[in-house]
Amino acid sequence: MTSYAGGLKSGLTFLILWGLPHLALAAKLDMRPGVTDMSVRIQQIHHMGLWVCVVVGVIVFGAMFYTMFAHRSSRNPTPATFSHSTPVEFVWTLIPVLILVGMAVPATITLRDIEDNTDSDMTVLITASQWKWHYKYLDSGISYYSNIATPEEQIYNLEPKDEHYLLDVDNYLVLPTNRKIRFLTTADDVIHSWWVPDFAVKQDAIPGFINEAWTEIPEPGIYRGQCTELCGKGHAYMPIVVEVRPEAEFDKWIEDQLLAANLAGEAAVAARAKTWTLEELVPQGEAVFVKHCATCHQRDGMGQGSKYPALAGSAITTGSIPDHLDRVMNGKANTEMQAWAPQLSDLDIAAVITYERNTWGNDTGDVIQPVTVYEER
Amino acid sequence: MVAHAEAVPKSRHPLLAFAARWLFTTNHKEIGTLYLWLSFLLFFIAGAMAMVIRLELFEPGIQFAQPEFYNQVLTLHGLIMVFGAVMPAFVGLANWMIPLMIGAPDMALPRMNNFSFWILPFAFTLLLSSLFMEGGAPNFGWTFYAPLSTTYGPPSTDFFILGVHLMGISSIMGAINIIVTIVNLRAPGMTWMKMPLFVWTWLITAFLLIMVMPVLAGVVTMMLTDRHFGTSFFNAAGGGDPVLFQHIFWFFGHPEVYIMILPGFGIASQIIPTFSRKKLFGYHSMVYATAAIAFLSFIVWGHHMFTTGMPFVAEMFFMIATMLIAVPTGVKVFNWVATMWRGSITFETPMLFAIGFVMMFTIGGFSGLMLALVPADFQYHDTFFVVAHFHYVLYPGAIFGTMAAVYYWLPKWCGHMYDERLGKIHFWTATIAVNTTFFPMHFSGLAGMPRRIPDYALQFADFNMVSSIGAGVLGLTQVLFLFIVIKTIRAGARAKARVWEGAEGLEWEVPSPAPLHTWNTPPVIAEGEVH
Repeated sequence: MTSYAGGLKSGLTFLILWGLPHLALAAKLDMRPGVTDMSVRIQQIHHMGLWVCVVVGVIVFGAMFYTMFAHRSSRNPTPATFSHSTPVEFVWTLIPVLILVGMAVPATITLRDIEDNTDSDMTVLITASQWKWHYKYLDSGISYYSNIATPEEQIYNLEPKDEHYLLDVDNYLVLPTNRKIRFLTTADDVIHSWWVPDFAVKQDAIPGFINEAWTEIPEPGIYRGQCTELCGKGHAYMPIVVEVRPEAEFDKWIEDQLLAANLAGEAAVAARAKTWTLEELVPQGEAVFVKHCATCHQRDGMGQGSKYPALAGSAITTGSIPDHLDRVMNGKANTEMQAWAPQLSDLDIAAVITYERNTWGNDTGDVIQPVTVYEER
Repeated sequence: MVAHAEAVPKSRHPLLAFAARWLFTTNHKEIGTLYLWLSFLLFFIAGAMAMVIRLELFEPGIQFAQPEFYNQVLTLHGLIMVFGAVMPAFVGLANWMIPLMIGAPDMALPRMNNFSFWILPFAFTLLLSSLFMEGGAPNFGWTFYAPLSTTYGPPSTDFFILGVHLMGISSIMGAINIIVTIVNLRAPGMTWMKMPLFVWTWLITAFLLIMVMPVLAGVVTMMLTDRHFGTSFFNAAGGGDPVLFQHIFWFFGHPEVYIMILPGFGIASQIIPTFSRKKLFGYHSMVYATAAIAFLSFIVWGHHMFTTGMPFVAEMFFMIATMLIAVPTGVKVFNWVATMWRGSITFETPMLFAIGFVMMFTIGGFSGLMLALVPADFQYHDTFFVVAHFHYVLYPGAIFGTMAAVYYWLPKWCGHMYDERLGKIHFWTATIAVNTTFFPMHFSGLAGMPRRIPDYALQFADFNMVSSIGAGVLGLTQVLFLFIVIKTIRAGARAKARVWEGAEGLEWEVPSPAPLHTWNTPPVIAEGEVH
């Protein structure tokens, strides 16, 4: 007896020691529950589907393994001769129908609630473009772009990758807790899709369409997601980061943003009033280039084939200044070259053009002033 | 219906004679062989592309393929596997086996048969040549959603459009040929409900092809006019609708996925009774279930588009219609199990592949059922969960089905037995590798990894490394398959006419290897003898 008890005890100990880390693994294998009421309900729908499949699978595969074992020719040399049975076939048609109805009902109820976009407390318009997000708070008018913040050195394995590799952006989308937030999604160029798994919100952003989704987040925190519709070569590089703040802090943040927008307006006025030198503009232009232009045109200005033309010695970057301004500010129709006028300040555009005209062997010596950009707008 | 091959004068240079024989052949067996070899070649080309994808995804960061090139490889992998590997393999099997199985001397339209094959090498040359063009190959995924493929597509998109047109013409002609053959050339006494299941599933597949390939041709033509002739079907700025593209594409695309699986159902329904030494259980319900699946495939396309902003009622409709597919599919799986039940089962390689097919296709069916639940789909959509799902129905589904068929009928084709030991090694390594490759994708998808990305966040690293190792092994096992096939063609034990003792059907009445011309006199099918 004692040896049995000892065996049982060591067996249990082993199970616990082996099992605990594997429980953690099980959590890693499953869909995450997320943080909203809806994401938890969706995980329950997922579990319902999963367990129905597991039970049916155990029965069907169990029957298959049993028959492979019990009815193999060495054990069962004489095969039976039956080849149909109407009652059995009727039953195994009917039972799946009942199971499916049982699954469809809760799924439909949850779906109805997902699609109920009414009675929202605030609205954020999400506009996607290759390869960044633009957020506009329709209630306060604040708007800004959100770009990937992971440096190229990490992507190309020149530097160690940090914890939030590919999941970090320069400007977070800031949202309040406990308010029903309505998202409107649309796109400027191709189809993108805005997804934050912890909210279980995934909505395509389609040019010419405005789609709706909503969430209500109980917990403050940082939540990360990604674009989930193939949108070109930067598809892997348009992450989403949402910072959820308690309501009061969020309201304070909105006020700060409005104030900052005023200050930025004043700074722009000041930038226009000043005459900038080549030495001042080139470093600033390089920073803008690395952040916004280098993905396509490459840091060395050599581009990538005809689709992403070289800027070193090109007709635009060494030709007339108005053409160069026009290309940068208004983009080139039907290509991935976007209009940067709405995205960058006068100073940034002046700086990046100045940089492009005075690097990689381009030596025009031209200095473009923010006021020139302002007048072009 | 005399093959042109025989008309070639013997005095010609042997190489010329060889070329002429295969270029001008109108013999269903030779054309079947051509289809099978072309699909085998394209399977390896598209498989090599899968290796590039898995190599890049082995670790986070960009190592081997720049994102732009990665997207091109991803697109061609999908297009070539679908249109170049799976579909021509099934058409090749149809060419070889349908006339043999229904007691017909050849396909009904032999010259068209020749034409529908010989279009294909040109179609795929067009498609593959785009890799070497300025601006690169198509880079918008095999689903080529507008406006990424129209306004923003590379110049080579036009080659892709022409290539798809040619593949479509080939498929439509092949389908017409199969339908005409089955309807008109069945041997006397071969009534509808005596036809082997492989013939039934192909008949239904051929109707699906005729229904949807013109839709595909329509959508690529609309792309072409959007790109070059100033129309705006899919361009929102011109009053068009990018979502319209998805509706048209998936109206083609969903039946297309059944085109890639129904012949596999037919193959399993031939092989499982043979090695269970027992008649197929529920023959009639098998036929009706296949027809039901084909019908339902036309009303479920919206389940690919749940996140496009579809209204609630439409989402509900597509969810319920999709879930209904589980019923006839379930009937098929239950019937296969019941066929084995109290049989006298042996496990030769074709049987192993057929059982693997049933089990792993069912896993893909399960995840398909989960994907149908719209609320959960919002989390699964466009993640690796979907990649896991459709690779389970296509690799251990369509491709294992084809391999089962090759092992089953290869002795009939070439008169030699394959090496059973190697066949079993092939099956087991491929089965382990296919699960190592695709099962972890369920987890990376659930953890939140979007599909079609060349680079990913660190939390997905473990699963991707496992998948990549599995993929490497999986690629190697198919080299073994090629070796086994060549070895069998060149030598091996003589195959009897009835290769498998438990096999029933007309194809086993002709000698092995099957002579070039069979059933010049139609066989007589005895009253009461069923499939």
